[in-house]
Amino acid sequence: MRRWTPYWLALPAWLWLAIFLVVPIAAMASVSLTTGNLIDGFTQTFSVSNYSDAIAKYSTQLVRSLVYGGVATVIMLVLGYPVAYWIAFKAGHRKSMFLFLLLLPFFVSFVLRTISWGFLLADDGILLGTLKGWGVLPQDFHVLATTVAVIGGLVYNFLPFMILPIYVALERVDPRVIEASYDLYASRLSTFRRVVLPLSLPGVFAGVLMTFVPATADPINAQVLGGTSNTMIGNIVQTEYLVNNDYPTASAISFTLMAVLLIGIFIYARALGTENVLEAAAR
Amino acid sequence: MNNPLLRGLTQSRYSRRDALRFAGYSAAGLALAACGVQGQKAAAPSPSAVADFWSTQKKNGRVVFANWPEYMPEDQAPLKQFQQATGISYEYKEVIQENAEFFGKSEPQLRAGQPLGYDIIVMTNGLQLGKMIQLGYLTALDHKQLPNFAANAGASYKNPAYDANNTYTIPYQAGVTGIAYNTKYVDEDITSIQSLFDKKYEGKVGMMADAQEVGNFGMFAVGVDPDKSTQADWEKAAAKLKEQRDQGIVRKYYAQDYIDAVAKGDVWLSQAWSGDVFQRQLAGEPVKFVVPQEGGTIWIDNMAIPKGAANPVDALMLMDFLYKPEIAAELTAYIQYVTPVNGVQQILAGKSDEDSKALAESSLIFPTEADYAKLRPYRTLTNAEEPVYNGLFQTITQG
Amino acid sequence: MRGKLGDRALYLYTWLIILWLASPIAVMVLFGFNDKQSKSNTSWQGFTFKWYQQLFAIDGLTEALVNSLIIAVVSTVFATVLGTLLGLAVGRYRFRGKGVTNFLIFAAISTPELVMGASLLSLFVSGNAPRGHITIIIAHTLFSLAFVVVTVRARVVGLDPSLEEAARDLGAGTWTTFRLVTLPSIMPGVAAGAMLAFALSIDDYVVTSFVNGSTQTFPLWIVGAVKVGIPPQVNVMGTLIFGIGVLLAVANAISARRKTTH
Repeated sequence: MRRWTPYWLALPAWLWLAIFLVVPIAAMASVSLTTGNLIDGFTQTFSVSNYSDAIAKYSTQLVRSLVYGGVATVIMLVLGYPVAYWIAFKAGHRKSMFLFLLLLPFFVSFVLRTISWGFLLADDGILLGTLKGWGVLPQDFHVLATTVAVIGGLVYNFLPFMILPIYVALERVDPRVIEASYDLYASRLSTFRRVVLPLSLPGVFAGVLMTFVPATADPINAQVLGGTSNTMIGNIVQTEYLVNNDYPTASAISFTLMAVLLIGIFIYARALGTENVLEAAAR
Repeated sequence: MNNPLLRGLTQSRYSRRDALRFAGYSAAGLALAACGVQGQKAAAPSPSAVADFWSTQKKNGRVVFANWPEYMPEDQAPLKQFQQATGISYEYKEVIQENAEFFGKSEPQLRAGQPLGYDIIVMTNGLQLGKMIQLGYLTALDHKQLPNFAANAGASYKNPAYDANNTYTIPYQAGVTGIAYNTKYVDEDITSIQSLFDKKYEGKVGMMADAQEVGNFGMFAVGVDPDKSTQADWEKAAAKLKEQRDQGIVRKYYAQDYIDAVAKGDVWLSQAWSGDVFQRQLAGEPVKFVVPQEGGTIWIDNMAIPKGAANPVDALMLMDFLYKPEIAAELTAYIQYVTPVNGVQQILAGKSDEDSKALAESSLIFPTEADYAKLRPYRTLTNAEEPVYNGLFQTITQG
Repeated sequence: MRGKLGDRALYLYTWLIILWLASPIAVMVLFGFNDKQSKSNTSWQGFTFKWYQQLFAIDGLTEALVNSLIIAVVSTVFATVLGTLLGLAVGRYRFRGKGVTNFLIFAAISTPELVMGASLLSLFVSGNAPRGHITIIIAHTLFSLAFVVVTVRARVVGLDPSLEEAARDLGAGTWTTFRLVTLPSIMPGVAAGAMLAFALSIDDYVVTSFVNGSTQTFPLWIVGAVKVGIPPQVNVMGTLIFGIGVLLAVANAISARRKTTH
């Protein structure tokens, strides 16, 4: 009887994924192997030239996206871990309140958040303008339309997706275990390294997966906060799909991106010592 | 086959077949889009076919109007007056956010022969509208039922290059792309497009991300009329724009948010739409707009009837109703874009309130003859030209 | 002593992060009070309450907000239920198809939104399914589901199953064990997953723009309004969402405190 438990648990979500995810992905795979244009029609040629052409044309943007996504993820981990740690062990009955407050800004539209950032970070705005007035910053200093702004935007927008899973993993650790380990190990650092960190690793993995992957594919931050040389691969997918209506190229880029991300997660999983890639991919 | 029973059977078989097809796709994960995307290039219908179509249509007493948000007074007074005048009830939906997205999501439905559920849609002249026309997704209009359009449409808005003889579309609102600059930072009068390429404004120039917009300005800068441009001209324009980018003159290629940047001083001068600048002037911000002497772009948001619309006659009546000058004046007073309807300026000038007078006097809302003479539409691209053109300019805006 | 100091520093740091995340919200709130004279609402022109009085003056916007809230709540419930069950399955058990399942979850997170939206639309069009609330909910459930699974799984992995075995040994049925033992132990993961699902749904633009038919949502309406100028009512609605959220958070903290003191 218990043998069947995982299947029953998985069944509803399986059905959902099979109908609404597998079918579209299969369609995307098949579209990526067609050639033609919207007006004259696309024909199934099974030619992989869409892939080689797209990679040749857009390798700069692809590599750039991976770098931005990677850097943003590392920053998120460093910024987010202490928050998750404090909420999990020290927030007491206010745990839910703090988590909710962290997420609340993301319940209002990204357009409003973006406009507000534009207001706050304007070259002569309330922040930079004031600092320039004091002579702290040079007159031509600016944040918007730079690489720093794009990566900062990614960090801002995905940070809760790093904090929450780490919190979730840490929260199951009994604080008394940590107290006890203080007695066992001499320093806080070795307590953290030998007890807390290993227990939080599933959360770290989940956090990295949920931030690195969407941040690398994100089109919005580059579009809103970037300058002339910050275009990411997500923007290319949008242009190829919506503006050029080149569905085969857009699909080929999407698949390439997924493959590269999967490899990235695989390497990361190996580094963490997880054997099974696919298992790691969802941890 | 006239036997009702048989007909019932065949009909039910159709829907069963639909269901089977759906199930088949789901199970095998077949190439939905690939199977569906057949070439659908449609030739322009003959006048007699158009007449035949319209002779079978009649007024249904209702109309569904799909438009952009904030493109109609909040109290919907023009539509209410239409309802009173004609007895046609309306449904007004603010469902269009962007041309590319609207096309991207409408195209599969129209391809599958499913109606969009709208009788009137509004799209800018450009790639997507061109594709709608080429793919036969729009209904050819019956100009016999558009007397107000014939009488009141401005000369610049009739028979445009993107839709000869207004076969499928008539304008709703229009706008001009020129240069906006912040007078707090720019202490000269900008008159030439070359200012956008001036090294002294390094890092303070905004350009638009749209290939048509940026391409047009590149062509003006190298002295080419976009209307008559060839591939060699595009390459010249692209080289000029690339140089502008490589020299660090361009801060950013903007999708929509450029005017905030100009008003705040993030960029000092930028490619800009007249309507946006007018808003900022009303708000008292130090922003000026100019159509450069080399030329500017005029773009037009058009009304059209999508294929399969349920109420085409009612749609025509509403489209024509919006060409009554007094109704068009109400739209202009709210939207504050360029109107294609003659007589609106006089009506607004005759009103007693300050806002209307300001509108009537603004050359941003009512371009002068001299302005109109400098304005050019987007280059209408053929199916073969489009990837070449887009490729050239997208490598600049998306490097 | 050193520990206490470190805790204090972390406490301040946590608030700092919260304030940073909320800083654009302050601007949004401010401009809900802007007595603007033109359509653009980006430069400060005086204080007014009038947008609060005219909060529901724009029918389309009000309808869009209501739609968004309904869709977010329903899709969060679906995604949380389906995602929690699947998260339990992949986190605790070994079974056939686990590798494929994990791959699908990865795919759901890594598929570019635009491609997901467009392919779902093709699916709905070929199935002749009318687009509207239901198709939006289906799509939102799909992408939120994966985030719930990953979050719940981070909780389940390494949880000690012996408590559940004990409960079963004592004669508790499957459902009772799940309700009284399993669910409470994974609850923080479920709650965090649900919060993420809600945030993803209420702020989604790209996927929704494909599968919405003629149903408008809050983010869609705002993006469309950018062209002419976002009315301050949008800021007011954002402010109210945020304000109600803060109240809920505080109320939750108070009730949790009561529970612990009793």
